[in-house]
Formats: sequence, structure tokens, C-alpha cells
Amino acid sequence: MAFLEISSLQKDFGSARVVTDFDLAVAQGEFVSFLGPSGCGKTTVLRMVAGFETPTSGTIHIDGQDVVSFKPNQRNIGMVFQSYALFPNLTVAQNVAFGLRVAGRPKAEIQATVREMLALIKLEALGARYPFQLSGGQQQRVALARALAVKPKVLLLDEPLSALDAKIRVSLREEIRAIQQQLGITTIFVTHDQEEALSISDRIVVMHNGRADQVGTPFEIYNHPATRFVASFVGSINVLNGILLEPERGIVALLGDVQVHLGRPLAGRQNDEVTLALRPESVTLGGNGGGVQLKGQVESVNFLGSVIRLSVRVGGNLMLLDGFNQPSSPPPKVGETVQVSFGAEDLMVPGE
Amino acid sequence: MRGRRLWAWLALILGMIYFALPLIGTLEFSLRMRRGEYSLDAYRVILSDPHFHATFGFSVLMALGTIVLGVLLVVPTAYWVRLRLPRWRPVIEFLTLLPLVIPPIVVVFGYIRLYNTSSWLPLTGSVGGTNLLLLFGYTVLALPYMYRAVDTGLRSLDVATLTEAAQSLGAGWITILWRVILPNVLVAILSGAFLTFAIVIGEFVLAALLNRPAFGPFMQLIGANRAYEPAALAVIAFAITWLCMGLIQLVTRFQKHTQIRQR
Repeated sequence: MAFLEISSLQKDFGSARVVTDFDLAVAQGEFVSFLGPSGCGKTTVLRMVAGFETPTSGTIHIDGQDVVSFKPNQRNIGMVFQSYALFPNLTVAQNVAFGLRVAGRPKAEIQATVREMLALIKLEALGARYPFQLSGGQQQRVALARALAVKPKVLLLDEPLSALDAKIRVSLREEIRAIQQQLGITTIFVTHDQEEALSISDRIVVMHNGRADQVGTPFEIYNHPATRFVASFVGSINVLNGILLEPERGIVALLGDVQVHLGRPLAGRQNDEVTLALRPESVTLGGNGGGVQLKGQVESVNFLGSVIRLSVRVGGNLMLLDGFNQPSSPPPKVGETVQVSFGAEDLMVPGE
Repeated sequence: MRGRRLWAWLALILGMIYFALPLIGTLEFSLRMRRGEYSLDAYRVILSDPHFHATFGFSVLMALGTIVLGVLLVVPTAYWVRLRLPRWRPVIEFLTLLPLVIPPIVVVFGYIRLYNTSSWLPLTGSVGGTNLLLLFGYTVLALPYMYRAVDTGLRSLDVATLTEAAQSLGAGWITILWRVILPNVLVAILSGAFLTFAIVIGEFVLAALLNRPAFGPFMQLIGANRAYEPAALAVIAFAITWLCMGLIQLVTRFQKHTQIRQR
């Protein structure tokens, strides 16, 4: 049995089902992200693991023990909230010591642990400050230290970076990942930010309408999306509708008359509609990108720094393409007719 | 523009006269016990009166008891309503306002009818029981102020998230109330407490009808029988109330972690 095992979890609020048939096995020391839009049920699953919500049905095992009947304060779980939730009347050191004091640990041990934790988050000098004297990023680090001080079995992070500004968000997420790996603590991280999830997770659970659409490594999720939703939610994507011409040989008609050989058999029957997906970075400006060559008109040019994103109208479809910025070759202008190309093997069939 | 300003000043001055004149008059009168010169004789007489000490001490004790009982009753209730029964807030708020609508005389008659010596719970049959009844009565009278103060204090906290944070760290309900909620609404509780103190010190109806030796009936007694001393007593009572108000300000300022809320 995995360290954290969730089986057939279900949650209804009144007549609304917010979590449906949720299964997940998390290994000890693993970092798993729940990714999805708001209202997809990711926070509800997290809160059921923490004990703040009771499942309508299903089980949650932590370290071999069914914890569904346990109260939140009996589960030995560390939780970090989006709003930090530091106790405003306590200093940083007292906040970190809170869980240990509640557990009635000896004073010397509490002091040692608090020092260790403050060193871990690199805030040794600020132990005597009150939360209101800290920046948002510092407060969230204290919240992390407070959650870790009780040596929890599982660490739960509920959108911990959402209230911070962009720069801090990136540095703190790296810090969280480093601390998590250093301590080897099993962690669930809830976020609606795909870049966040992709960059720090061992595995990602993409959630949609209360279900786990796909569970996999960031590489799998990004490159082999299991559903159309995963394909469109994680990263930018071009969705192309086509007609299946020859399922066995994988020949599809795109944009009306362009025949594309995928080189692998596809599920379905002749003349079925198929949805194909293509990452913007798989499309190249000019004719060197692969076997599929198309012509279109540039509709917009977005300069994003290292990457330039073009949208090109091809037939009736708008196609996004990403290219690296090269100082020697400026991007085309809006309205220009350009050739774009991509390899047929880069076309993804969601769910394949 | 100029004219309007003038009217504003006039209104302010009129208002100040309305409030200050009786006070100044009372103060002035309280100093005239000795014929032909100002003196503190009236104060000396009052402050050396053993009844003053006894009744004032009794009322202070009652006030402290009321505050403790009020806090024990109101803080968990207001917390629970905010946390789990938000839909009940208007109902609870209405209930706590009732003491302002129902006159104390009605409350105390109700008490006497319910708890007299021939009732199922003869509280008025003993001194201790009657004191207890008085304490309950005062707690009811203080309810509107106490509840409002604590509820306002709770509003500035993210009660739900703080509770969950404490729970995930292993805290039970008592620990959460004692270590997390109470310290963070302390300023609110104290302002409610000082208001309660001021109300109980000056309260007359409950104490008189339950025949308890409180400060209110003593003031009435002095007022009915002496000339200068009641004025001195009134000034003393005002001073106590103002002291309470001052203490609310002071406490708010001294709380380190509440500074952010004042910014």
C-alpha cells in the first residue's frame, strides 16, 4: 500500500457532487500537485485529507491507517494556507512552536526545533517579530516552518503562492521544493497555475469537474495529454479538427484538404471526426519544421522576451506558434502572408 | 462658505454647553460644602463613609463577576456562530439586543416571580442565591455591549482559517479558544469589559429590587438625604466611567500585534 492512498473518494455538497471517484496513491516523499481550474474539486480533496471535510464515501489511508474517522487535530498533518493564517498575537518563533507546545513537548526540544526550522527557512534573525512586521513571502515561509515543526506525515499546501507577487512566487516555489526534498516529506500541492505545477512536481493530478482527468509526470501530462481538457488546460495548444480518412494507416484530412500521415494507427472509423492537438512550439515559421506545410496570414505578434508568439490564420483556424527570439531575424509583421510547417509526428491525439 | 462654518461652530459650542454645563455645575456645587470657600469636604465625607466602601466594593466585585461570566458566555458563542452558524448571526444579534428593549424592571420582576422562595429554584431564599441572580441579571444587561464588542473583534480575524491552522497543528477546541481566539479579541473583550464595568457600577434597578447593597442604591440613598455629597458622588462616578474609557484607549495602544489594524 502506498504511503498516502485515496480510494473511490466522493463528496457531495447537498445535491452537487464536487468530487467523483477520486483515486490516488502517493509514495512516501513524493511531491504531487493537484492542478485544475477553480471549482474543479482539488481543494475539496485536500481538505478531506486534512480532515476539514468529511467524504461522502471512500477511504483515505495515511501510513496504512484509515484516517477518515479521525479529527483534523489527530491526523498529524501539516497544512499551509493561501492566506498564511499565522496567529497574529504570536511572534514568529511562537508561531513555529505552537504545534509543539500543544503537543506538550519539553521546552528544550521546542527551542531546538524552532531554531532548526527558522534556519531551514532562513529567517533565524526574525524570530521575535510579529507576523504583521513581515512581508507576504516571509509570512508564508513562517507558515511552512510552523507546519513542518510538528514533523507531520503529510504536508498539504493549499495554493500557498497565489497571494504573492510573481518574483517571490518563483523563488518561494523553488525553496518549497528544495525543503521538501531535503526533508523527504510526502507533499500535496494544490494550484491552478500550470507552470507552478509543471516546474516542481514529481507527479501532477489534473482535475476537472471533480474527477482526476490524468495522473502523470509533468512530462507525460504536457506531451501526452489524456483528455482534451488536459491538453487545453496545461500549456497553450492548437486544437485542429479533422476527418479520419484511413484509421489503420493514420491518415487524417486537416483544414479541409491537407492530408496528414500520422504514421500510427488511430482509433475510430473512416470519416469519423477526430480532434488533434499541437503545441505552439512544435510549429515553425518557414518550411523547415517538418512534412506538413501550410500558408497563412499573421494576425498578431506577441513578444514575450525569450519567446515570440505568433498567431497565424490558416484556412479558417487560428494557429499559435512559438519561436525563440533571435536578434538577427525580426518577426514578421501583422498581415504578412507566411509559411508555417510542423511534423505530423508532433500531432497529439488527446486520450491516445 | 464662511456663514456655514459659523453655524457649524455655533452648533458645536451649543452641544458642548449642553453636555458640559451640568457637569461643571455639579462639580462647582460639590466643592461648596464649606460656606464661603471651595473645599473638598463633600469628597472627604463620602470617601470616609464606610457604606461607600462596602457598596462600592460589592459593585466592583459584581462587575468583575459579570465580566468573567459575560466573556465565558459570549466569546465561545460569538466564535461558534461566526465559524459554524453564520446564518444564525441575525438571530443571535437580535437576542443580544433584547436587554436594550426590555426594561431592567421587567427583567427583575420576571426573576423574582421565577426564582422566589416558593418556586422550584428558590434563588432569592439566600444571600448567595440572590447575588447569583443579580450577577445573571447584570450579565444580561451587559450582553448587547459585550457581544457587539467581541463580534467586531472577531470580524477582523480570519476565524475559519486560523481555526483550521490550529487544528492541523493538533489543537482542540479549548486550546483554540484559549490560545488563538481569546488573545486576538482581547482588546475587543476589554472594551466590552470596561463598558460592562461602567454599567454595573451605576446600575440601580436590579440591585434595589433584589435588595442587594450595591453602589447604585447607595447613590440614591445619599441623593435623597444629603445636599453636597450627591454632587461629589456624581463627579466620582463620572470619573470612574471616564477612567474606564481612558483604559480602553490605553489597552488598545499597548497591544503590540494590533498595531497593524490601527494603521
